[in-house]
Amino acid sequence: MTAETGIGARVRRKEDKRFLTGTGRYVDDLPLARATYAYFLRSPHAHAKIKKIDTAAAKAMPGVVEIFTGKDTADAKMGGLICGWVVKDKNGEPHKAPAHPVMALDTVRYVGDTVAMVVANSIDEAKDAAEAIKVDYDVKPANVDLARALDKGTAEVHPEAPGNLIYDWEIGVKADVEAAFAKAAHVTRLDLVNNRLIPNAMEPRAAAAEYDKGTGNYTLWSTSQNPHVLRLILSAFVLGIPEHKLRVVAPDVGGGFGSKIFCYNEETMVCWAASRVGRPIKWTAERTESFMTDAHGRDHVTHAELAMDKEGKFLALKVETIANMGAYLSTFSTAVPTYLYATLLAGQYTTPLIYANVKAAVTHTAPVDAYRGAGRPEATFVIESIVSKAAKELKMDTADLRRKNFIPSTAFPYQTPVALQYDSGNYPPIIDEAIKIADYKGFEARRAEAKARGKLRGIGFSSYIEACGLAPSQVVGSLGAGVGQWESAQIKFNPTGNVQVMTGAHSHGQGHETTFAQLVHDKLGVPMDQIEVVHGDTATTPFGMGTYGSRSLAVGGSAIMKATDKIIAKGKKVAAHLMEADVADVEFENGTFKVAGTDKSVPLGQVVFSAYVPHNYPHADTEPGMDENAFYDPANFVYPAGTQICEVEIDPDTGVVEVVAHTAVDDFGNIINPMIVEGQVHGGIVQGVGQALLEAAVYDKATGQLLSGSYMDYTMPRADDVPSFKLGYKVTPCPHNPLGVKGCGEAGAIAAPAAVMNAVHDALAPLGVKHVEMPATPLNVWQSIQGAHRAAAE
Amino acid sequence: MTLSVAMTVNGKAVSGKVEARTLLVQFLRENLGMTGTHVGCDTSQCGACVVHVDGKSIKSCTMLAVQAEGAKVLTIEGLAPSADKLHPMQEAFRENHALQCGFCTPGMVMSAIDMVKRNNYQLDEATVRRELEGNLCRCTGYHNIVKAILAAAPAMKSAGV
Repeated sequence: MTAETGIGARVRRKEDKRFLTGTGRYVDDLPLARATYAYFLRSPHAHAKIKKIDTAAAKAMPGVVEIFTGKDTADAKMGGLICGWVVKDKNGEPHKAPAHPVMALDTVRYVGDTVAMVVANSIDEAKDAAEAIKVDYDVKPANVDLARALDKGTAEVHPEAPGNLIYDWEIGVKADVEAAFAKAAHVTRLDLVNNRLIPNAMEPRAAAAEYDKGTGNYTLWSTSQNPHVLRLILSAFVLGIPEHKLRVVAPDVGGGFGSKIFCYNEETMVCWAASRVGRPIKWTAERTESFMTDAHGRDHVTHAELAMDKEGKFLALKVETIANMGAYLSTFSTAVPTYLYATLLAGQYTTPLIYANVKAAVTHTAPVDAYRGAGRPEATFVIESIVSKAAKELKMDTADLRRKNFIPSTAFPYQTPVALQYDSGNYPPIIDEAIKIADYKGFEARRAEAKARGKLRGIGFSSYIEACGLAPSQVVGSLGAGVGQWESAQIKFNPTGNVQVMTGAHSHGQGHETTFAQLVHDKLGVPMDQIEVVHGDTATTPFGMGTYGSRSLAVGGSAIMKATDKIIAKGKKVAAHLMEADVADVEFENGTFKVAGTDKSVPLGQVVFSAYVPHNYPHADTEPGMDENAFYDPANFVYPAGTQICEVEIDPDTGVVEVVAHTAVDDFGNIINPMIVEGQVHGGIVQGVGQALLEAAVYDKATGQLLSGSYMDYTMPRADDVPSFKLGYKVTPCPHNPLGVKGCGEAGAIAAPAAVMNAVHDALAPLGVKHVEMPATPLNVWQSIQGAHRAAAE
Repeated sequence: MTLSVAMTVNGKAVSGKVEARTLLVQFLRENLGMTGTHVGCDTSQCGACVVHVDGKSIKSCTMLAVQAEGAKVLTIEGLAPSADKLHPMQEAFRENHALQCGFCTPGMVMSAIDMVKRNNYQLDEATVRRELEGNLCRCTGYHNIVKAILAAAPAMKSAGV
């Protein structure tokens, strides 16, 4: 390996050529002979009884092959979609688990709920036929407003969940926290809403399936972040097709951000129906369908209180949250506002006592599940908003208040009061570096200069921590997860010396084909162009858990490292035989086996060749071949941490907020490819800026209609909504994985919303504005300013 | 009603039968099997489907196939001068890590080339950001896309493309 291509190098991506020349292969690109096309008829109502579905006229339309409704799925005894994480409420009872039929049976529960599937010779014919299906609905009152979802008298979504409550969960000892509050010199209180978001990967969800009558085998191509997990769910719970008869392929996938983790009904139906129709079926969501039916993210209503002594030392934190689950419990929905949220409420601070109560509610809206950061952005937003508010109330510098409460670097491993044990970290140098890069000292001059131009300038900090690298299986199992969260790898040399690296992780933009190749290249000395990373196909890769929770490198990369260790160990035996040396004397370095203290050496390529053409070979104790598997189960989560500093300028006449500077300093542990890491941070920040300033999934509270159902109505961040970013790094290597790596995929999105909103509040504070909810749209900000003016006049 | 349509795509004469409602992007993807041009929305907002028609960048989801009758269409597949050489804009995207999942990339690259030419190979960051208004990317945060386009402008000029 060389410094240009090994660990730490900015290696240009192997996958780019196909994406840049239009030769990537996404699900919708697959040429399938004799394909039919599926279109799903959606409920136009948030809540209604289905009195009758009449498909007769539609079935007679040109090109129609078949139409399926919920009745067909019931007749086939199809299982429902599952929620894979059992959260126990404060009485120790498992959460309420309402049925989640693959297609609506007698009730529709959100706008977009699936009513019928039309399969036709062309997509246009399928859509034409769907218009001819007559559905007789008895429309019922809808429960859309999260703040009122648990109130008496609100329409119930499921008979299995009385009062719409899925669980009432808590962590921490309430009495201890109350006692600390009673002694506090100062208490800061905050009510906030974490706005509901729609993930919006640029590639809409898609599925295609084919059934082979001869073998009875199914192949499902899906836009999945975790094809093995999807297969497991479909096989074990929903369709009953045995795992070995179902191949799931997630080819090139155009972004996921969490929304493509879950098992959805459309891919389920496409797979199931392929054998009924006897021809391949393709389905691709239209963007409006994606808005309506992709699992949404966030959506919390929270009250938080922070108790401090008179010096500003945090004594206790109390958080009450209502989390929206939507109409059905999606695959990992229950874990997001509990184990991925409340367990992070210590942040970077020594807060000794924390109590959190989370009530999960069902509503007549699309299911809500993990979206980039999943629970951790919500936790960071609570902590970093309340800390910044406390600093203002105490008239302390916002950075100083953070520093005063940081967990000291000598305290690691650090046991928080909310279950997690942080493995490593050093927070003060991170904030110092961010302050330097952002020129915090020069801020007041910039504020004054902006004021002279009629603009309100503000600065905001956000010091986040996250637990990612999901996850130690025993830990998540004890918390209710239905799966383990190890990762797999296989390193398969070919006789000519090149190598295929199979991973159970899945790349949908993260660049694994490059980063993982760098690992193997660095460790084994095989040239980059001789390494092919293979992922996303249950037929060719070992069972793996997929990509989410910033886990691919920390867990999947570690599995690859374990497999390289096995290759080296076996190679040493073969090399010792070839060099007529003792195995104990053989060393491996830069792709070559050497006998220590001699000039005897044999290159890896020759060892590999000998393993496949074993004419002169240590047969007595060594199998032929050079092909090793490894599974890696992490000892702990990994804990990336960092500080972002945002500067905004607000036009008080229009309410327009402009992000004028944004700095991020992160500790991701060791970095394999800084170019790719920077890209992850940039993208994460912009999703966070989007949440803070632009994006909101809005349902009409009376009817449950999705008002933000297209790019005309849901504001995606565009290039001119953000500046270029300033990034920095500090490194404390992770002590428990072989690469010393943490995770970088979610950090940007976790920290940014609080940084932006703290800047907005700082800018508006001189006008007396107390609180602005996300997204801080021009209207929202302008109304807040007018409200402050009115309050001042009274 | 089935109609016949004929045009030049990436220098090659092509023709096919389409419905009146068939979009140019459907004709490219389904009739011609040229799946490099992507569809990311249904409201002409995302820009994943941008191609050049008679030298101008257009959203191919917003044009009927029959409207392109007789036109010269250039798609992402026709951009690289040879199998082992990329167009300077493609090269700048690779060099600057201006793509992650790759889905918006074809439209980004096609829009960017038109942007560079319309601005006579002279661009600044604010102009690039403003002119990317019609192209959405959810992965990169635009930072590296802007960098790539700024780097490609002089490279395109010196390459004479």
